[in-house]
Amino acid sequence: MHADPAGVLTGAHFLDGDHAACEGALAAECRFVAGYPITPSTEVVERIAQRFPLVGGVFIQMEDELASSIAIAGAVWGGKRAMTVTSGPGFSLMMEHVGFAVMTETPCVFINVQRGGPSTGLPTLPAQADMMQARWGSHGDYEIIALSPNSPQECFDLTFKAFNLAEQYRVPVLVMMDECVGHMMERVVIPRAEELEIYPRRWTKAAPGEYLPFAPGEDLVPAMARAGQGYRFHMTGLTHNERGYPDMSVAAQARLVARLTDKIRKNADALQDVVEDGVDGADVVVVCYGITSRVALPAIEACRASGLKVGWLRLRTVWPFPERLIRDLASGLRAFVVPELNMGQIVREVERCAGAARVVGVPHAGGTVHDPAVIERAIREAVR
Amino acid sequence: MSERANPVERYLRSDRIPHIWCPGCGIGTTVNCFTRAIDESGIPMDRLAVVSGIGCTGRVAGYMHVDSFHTTHGRAIPFATGLKLAAPGMKVVVYSGDGDLFAIGGNHFIHAARRNLDMTVVCVNNLTYGMTGGQLTPTTPEEAIASTSPYGNFEQPFNLPYLAESCGAVYVARWTTYHVTHLKKAMREALLKKGFSFVEVISPCPTLYGRRNRIGDGLDEVKTYKQRSVIRNGAPTSEVSLGMTGPIVVGKFVDRERPTYQDAMDQFYARKLGDRYARASQ
Repeated sequence: MHADPAGVLTGAHFLDGDHAACEGALAAECRFVAGYPITPSTEVVERIAQRFPLVGGVFIQMEDELASSIAIAGAVWGGKRAMTVTSGPGFSLMMEHVGFAVMTETPCVFINVQRGGPSTGLPTLPAQADMMQARWGSHGDYEIIALSPNSPQECFDLTFKAFNLAEQYRVPVLVMMDECVGHMMERVVIPRAEELEIYPRRWTKAAPGEYLPFAPGEDLVPAMARAGQGYRFHMTGLTHNERGYPDMSVAAQARLVARLTDKIRKNADALQDVVEDGVDGADVVVVCYGITSRVALPAIEACRASGLKVGWLRLRTVWPFPERLIRDLASGLRAFVVPELNMGQIVREVERCAGAARVVGVPHAGGTVHDPAVIERAIREAVR
Repeated sequence: MSERANPVERYLRSDRIPHIWCPGCGIGTTVNCFTRAIDESGIPMDRLAVVSGIGCTGRVAGYMHVDSFHTTHGRAIPFATGLKLAAPGMKVVVYSGDGDLFAIGGNHFIHAARRNLDMTVVCVNNLTYGMTGGQLTPTTPEEAIASTSPYGNFEQPFNLPYLAESCGAVYVARWTTYHVTHLKKAMREALLKKGFSFVEVISPCPTLYGRRNRIGDGLDEVKTYKQRSVIRNGAPTSEVSLGMTGPIVVGKFVDRERPTYQDAMDQFYARKLGDRYARASQ
């Protein structure tokens, strides 16, 4: 199914990442956004507020992030594609509804334009310190999908992709931008609508009397019904059976939580999305994502110029983590170097999978990007 | 269906009965009134959605045989907001308790009323948190004993009709579970009212409120409603606050007109943007 041309701003534009993410959502047929202002993400919803009345979308500025993050769930069950947008403090408030969306299998998108924390931190300056919160921030056991764009073009591309993944797996998808990517302006090329493939919502084909709202298909994902179509279904954040009714048994819990995690874990390879350069035959591979993947490039070039074999492995999908790929790479190289704008988050994932290879983190508390010379030094130290 | 069939059964998920509510609890009485109100309203069941938060009353959604949503604690109203804006043809009812709607969810109530979102909010006000063991809520009367106010409550409670009216609700009524006919009528009027309508139902929680406050069982508590309540339709809402003793003022307090959120949005954008305005499809 091709995208609705009404929302696709085909052409070459000069946009910042926040605006590009807005256009990605529009192209993906997002027609409901609830948001609450927070720097440095606000430009996304400002553009939504301007664009939506022209394309049949509904934007509502809610009273807080708790409200925004569940209003989108309501809109999804009413039939819309929906997202909310925030930054660190708001992301913390939204955590309960990330879990709610997981439990009720509500396909939706959360954008987090990351800034320095903890607490109010550095509202206008970059960080990548919410990566573990994205994975584990809501209570209970679950799996989500998180993407990490490194340019305004990818803010468009990956926000578009996020909506498709949300529909395919019926899971919240988190677009983990950062302040740099959100505010940098670059050329963004938006394709024609017929070049944009939409993954349609998995509407049930069952008759109302026969529909089981949480009975999974072969790929563990159930088909969905929307309100007002006569299905008279029930959904709840409680542990539930296939009918959607609460079931407080150990067996129901085991069955449901296993399915919610397996539907992502068993598709980890299909979900893997990385960009590689010079990884084959490398002695050291720099694992990076978001803005830091660009800052690492001059460091890698400098090392290569002096004869070191350095690979660049950029994660566009951070969660699920490309575990198998890292394990496979680990056997053939001496070290991984993991620069990130936090005190060490994704580096732990790399350590978990690195086997005998050395793992060198390059932490940074945020507020600016790394000095490439620091990353270069870490690469040289790693293979010394 | 035979003529002797239970008139409200078709509105309930019979496969989920027995329900979780205690003997003497008033929530079932309110649901009985609600089903009869739906019946009389003529609203097709397939166009009705019930959204609940968390708590004893939060379980109502799960017993209604309509599209039903059991959401998170305090957030039934913002969920309902998204649902209503995405599916404007639905009649959306939020059915929840006093703790859920007015403590953790209070912010959403006041903003939904301010926006005049086209939805009905039913608050079963049992003056306590039943599900978690009888703690203090924002509506617990002064002096009342709760598990977190073991010496009695010294906080001033909310007067819910006053709050609803000041925030912009277009329909506000209060009844008790003693007043089943009045309650059913108020629920029907609220269902058919365009805009943000609010019905408060004073309801017994014998297990965790009545027992602690020496009111007796559920029936005894309903008898106090009969003794204490005074019907004053149109009473100024500033005069209807509740205490441990004294009158329980009941009636229809507010019934007025204001443009709903969606009508205001449509009319505003049509005026500002003219032909460029693209109304959301349903």
